Amino acid sequence: MPLIPWGAMMAEMPAIQVEDLRKHYGPVLAVDGISFTVARSVTCALLGGNGAGKTTTIAMLLGLLLPTSGRIRILGEEMPRGRQHVLPRMNFSSPYVDLPQRLTVKENLTVYARLYGVRQVGERLATLSRDLDIDTFFQRPYGSLSAGQKTRVALAKALLNEPEILLLDEPTASLDPDTADRMRSILIDYQRRNGATLLLASHNMSEVERLCDQVIMLRTGCIVATGAPHELIHRYGRKDMEEVFLDIARGIQGGEVFE
Amino acid sequence: MNGISSYRIGALALRYLYLIRRSWIRVIELAYWPTVQMILWGFITQYLGNHSDVLNQATGLLLSGVLLWDILFRSQLGLSVVFFEELHARNLAQLLVSPLQPVELILALMSISLVRTLIGVGIAVLLAIPFYGFNLFALGPPLVGFFINLLLMGWAIGLLVSALVLRHGMGAESIAWAAIFALAPLCGIYYPIATLPEWLQLLSWMLPATYVFEGMRAVLLDHAFRLDYLLHALLLNVGYLALGIGVFLATVHKARERGSLLQSGE
Repeated sequence: MPLIPWGAMMAEMPAIQVEDLRKHYGPVLAVDGISFTVARSVTCALLGGNGAGKTTTIAMLLGLLLPTSGRIRILGEEMPRGRQHVLPRMNFSSPYVDLPQRLTVKENLTVYARLYGVRQVGERLATLSRDLDIDTFFQRPYGSLSAGQKTRVALAKALLNEPEILLLDEPTASLDPDTADRMRSILIDYQRRNGATLLLASHNMSEVERLCDQVIMLRTGCIVATGAPHELIHRYGRKDMEEVFLDIARGIQGGEVFE
Repeated sequence: MNGISSYRIGALALRYLYLIRRSWIRVIELAYWPTVQMILWGFITQYLGNHSDVLNQATGLLLSGVLLWDILFRSQLGLSVVFFEELHARNLAQLLVSPLQPVELILALMSISLVRTLIGVGIAVLLAIPFYGFNLFALGPPLVGFFINLLLMGWAIGLLVSALVLRHGMGAESIAWAAIFALAPLCGIYYPIATLPEWLQLLSWMLPATYVFEGMRAVLLDHAFRLDYLLHALLLNVGYLALGIGVFLATVHKARERGSLLQSGE
């Protein structure tokens, strides 16, 4: 059998592998034995209604939350054991976490750039502030920004280390349609330029159709559908992802209630 | 465990230095209580100095006590309060999904606690010279040992308090201010441990600070350097600090299990 170089083998590994993942919060089962794989350089959406298990799943992928059982491999590394090898190569953004309010945008990004081991901090910050159009409030305290401005800063923080895997929870929440559209363009451009893998949780179905190659639908902690957006639209006989989402969230398939 | 990165520790320390740098109010706040305490006890010392043989023998016994006590108090508070900043800012989850390791978080908290203690107590120590002609540095080389031991004990308590707040939420924050005062009567800041009832003395000798304050009295009253006291305090501190670090890390691990890092600050 020919020997495969270690580097090449690791490059072949999927970006994210999840097997039979479960999370109990006391008696509540938040994630119920889900398994999925996200290949490299793919943009995947994790969808579901409130309480479906999206944030819990993302938190477990990040090592912020320990699974009750199951297995997670990120970039070939077992999580959470290999988190120190993986975390410098990934990043995330979520409205559920914040940045220090009293520090300026520049100070916050400088601190995180150093935490992620970014080499040319000044250069990277200049690029991001230009790309994400945050230079006008770069010297202002983070706490004084509007919700939309904060979302852009959070995205800048998520892109600081040019991550191979980017986990985004509601990436365009609180943004006006114009800014949200610009952010999507930036994400698409970033993904294509860097061959990055994006996993995003979103309630914006047009965003999912535009950005994502793959969709994983969750309902009460279980995966109820997977596939490309156009496949799901076809499978459910609907005209767009919005309708597919409503069908799945309400437990309807082909006009039948499936629960 | 992966290698500890001084670069990441420095990055987090920078975050706290930004806070101090951009607010003179914070610097004044750091020095305010130690200075007020120093002024108050300075006058008490002057008054009692005329009425007490002990204080006549060693002027500055009370002032030394109050300034050394502030090292312990400020180092504990410096660590806990800075950790609470992360909870208030809902920033802890961001930090813990960055490459920063929990042990690096602890080391950064210790570094900034050292800076805050030096600023807060340092200003009071320097002001005591023109105010009362009292120079804490006159304690000589033992002062270094006193400082290190009080700093370490403050960190150990600070970590235990931080773990408690991480476990029970910000409702337990007031413990950060109150915890150390429960130990104050046992440490012998202003009186020898022999003053306490015998059963309480047993408890008292379990505290590193007790050896520091007894050592301070040995220097001021007997002009003796009690190395045995310092080493005993150091030994206890190693144990308590290991306990503090262990409990803090275990609490972070437990928070990862319970999912409370996602809601920290609430």
